[in-house]
Amino acid sequence: MSDRLAVRKTYKLYLNGAFPRSESGRTYEVTDARGGFLANAARASRKDARDAVVAARGAFEKWSGATAYNRGQVLYRVAEVLEGRHAQFCEEVAAGEGLSSSRARAAVDAAIDRWVWYAGWTDKLGAVLGGANPVAGPYFDFSLPEPTGVVAVLAPQRSSLLGLVSVLAPVLAGGNTAVVVTSRDRPLPAVTLGEVLATSDVPGGVVNLLTGDAGEIGPWLAEHDDVDAIDLTGAPADRAMELERLAAGSIKRVVRPPAEEPDWSADPGLSRLTPFLETKTVWHPMGL
Amino acid sequence: MTHVLDPDAPAAANPPRREPPAPYRDVTRSDAAFRAFLHGLPGVDQVGAESRVAVLGTRSIKTTAKAWAIDTAISMVDLTTLEGADTPGKVRSLAAKARRPDPGDPTTPPVAAVCVYGDLAGIAKEALAGTGISVAAVATAFPSGRASRAVKLADVRDAVANGADEIDMVIDRGAFLAGRYLDVYDEIVAVKDACGDAHLKVILETGELVTLDNVRRASWLAMLAGGDFIKTSTGKISPAATLPVCLVMLEAVRDFRAATGRQVGVKPAGGIRTTKDAIKHLVLVNEVAGPDWLSPDWFRFGASSLLNDLLLQRQKLRTGHYSGPDHVSVD
Repeated sequence: MSDRLAVRKTYKLYLNGAFPRSESGRTYEVTDARGGFLANAARASRKDARDAVVAARGAFEKWSGATAYNRGQVLYRVAEVLEGRHAQFCEEVAAGEGLSSSRARAAVDAAIDRWVWYAGWTDKLGAVLGGANPVAGPYFDFSLPEPTGVVAVLAPQRSSLLGLVSVLAPVLAGGNTAVVVTSRDRPLPAVTLGEVLATSDVPGGVVNLLTGDAGEIGPWLAEHDDVDAIDLTGAPADRAMELERLAAGSIKRVVRPPAEEPDWSADPGLSRLTPFLETKTVWHPMGL
Repeated sequence: MTHVLDPDAPAAANPPRREPPAPYRDVTRSDAAFRAFLHGLPGVDQVGAESRVAVLGTRSIKTTAKAWAIDTAISMVDLTTLEGADTPGKVRSLAAKARRPDPGDPTTPPVAAVCVYGDLAGIAKEALAGTGISVAAVATAFPSGRASRAVKLADVRDAVANGADEIDMVIDRGAFLAGRYLDVYDEIVAVKDACGDAHLKVILETGELVTLDNVRRASWLAMLAGGDFIKTSTGKISPAATLPVCLVMLEAVRDFRAATGRQVGVKPAGGIRTTKDAIKHLVLVNEVAGPDWLSPDWFRFGASSLLNDLLLQRQKLRTGHYSGPDHVSVD
């Protein structure tokens, strides 16, 4: 038994590159899989979500305007910093998800590999999803994928790191900015990811992490006129339909939640990249 | 002093100085007397002013009170464009926005005025004909005020001739800071005469006055000289309108009316961008000057981006969900 007093942590939100408390001042207790106290986390309110959308919109021009190569470099740098925090992530995933240390390690490895994999996609999307179209006329006609805009992500509730990375990284790789509502009961890996993002080269506002209840904040994001797409993966099962209906008011792209949280270790393919990309087609007259 | 502009003008033939209203008739009898009066005004407790606005800034204004505040603030906006790149087209589109700030919601009130440079006042006047929205023009070598008096007065007459209903003049901060208060006073009086029927707003440019004591002195000076409004800033200098400055100016207009019976308006300008800021100002007006000032006749916001934020908040109250910048017009 150590003589030291325990340092009880109260984490904050990651919003616009800074770590503010929730505007509401609320916090909640985060426990491990057996119910023991882990830390306090900020419980984000609708106003935090509103501020996060403003931040994400502000960051969109720079992030979407960066070259695909540069975005890849920035995301790869995030993976480097993730690797440096490997041990901390293992601890948090093991405690939060109740995994053995070897399975937690495997989940963290997979999460970092997934991040690197998506970092590699940034400058290949154009070639794979776009290209020159054969048209019947004197035009050079080509299509290219462009980011959708500000994407609200309700992160998976169970897989706190691998699941989070699997939904967040594809949004960023395409050039979108994100407002993420983390797993309610297992938010600590997301909090640490925020610290990683803050100390890597991702511009402030590109990722905003709100710890709290997706059932509370989700409707505000779904209805928000300045959110272009919403990923409902972590939405409460009985509210998904309602959220989809709210999102229709502003014609958002919606990714429906799976019936059951999938096995995130499976190869995702392009299934999570394409929903947040718009195809722009250009017709260029050809002279002689 | 030579005036190349109008060599035949009576070379500042020192007309008898216009007296300020009672009971301050004799304070402008000499430079020394005026300085003694202005420096004899009670000093401003800066720490006290800051803590007062901080406390008032925490007032929670919600639901119906918020809806009222937003509509009141919209009706108080002087929608402003003061750029070198202003074109007639931009002024016309601003005028259209002034008449119908939110085309999607006809219950939105129009703004109080459109504020432009003097040469574009005619375009604004034409675009706003019959709407009741005033045309305000900045004059007197705005924003620096560094020109001879003849040039400044010509600037004012030109703007009035173009149809401006309100003139926003800048005071000569150089003369004020050098302690030549009577020069500043005489200039405001001369500009007021040149305005004719147009209302005169006197810009103190508080960001250059350094202290709150100076803000109080300049406020009194401008009110004694006949200004109909006192305005914080040009918007070209940072800091522009801050809450403590506004507090001091509101105290000044309150005290001035108590002493002379004449009511003067206040216009903070520059740096007010959010609905929250605007509501803080309205709380300040109500608590410091009183509800008599809560009308576009006596309180204005000099702003451009503020209007869009007010409209977004108004849409949020109406629809129940957050709106976005795609749902208001770009100025």
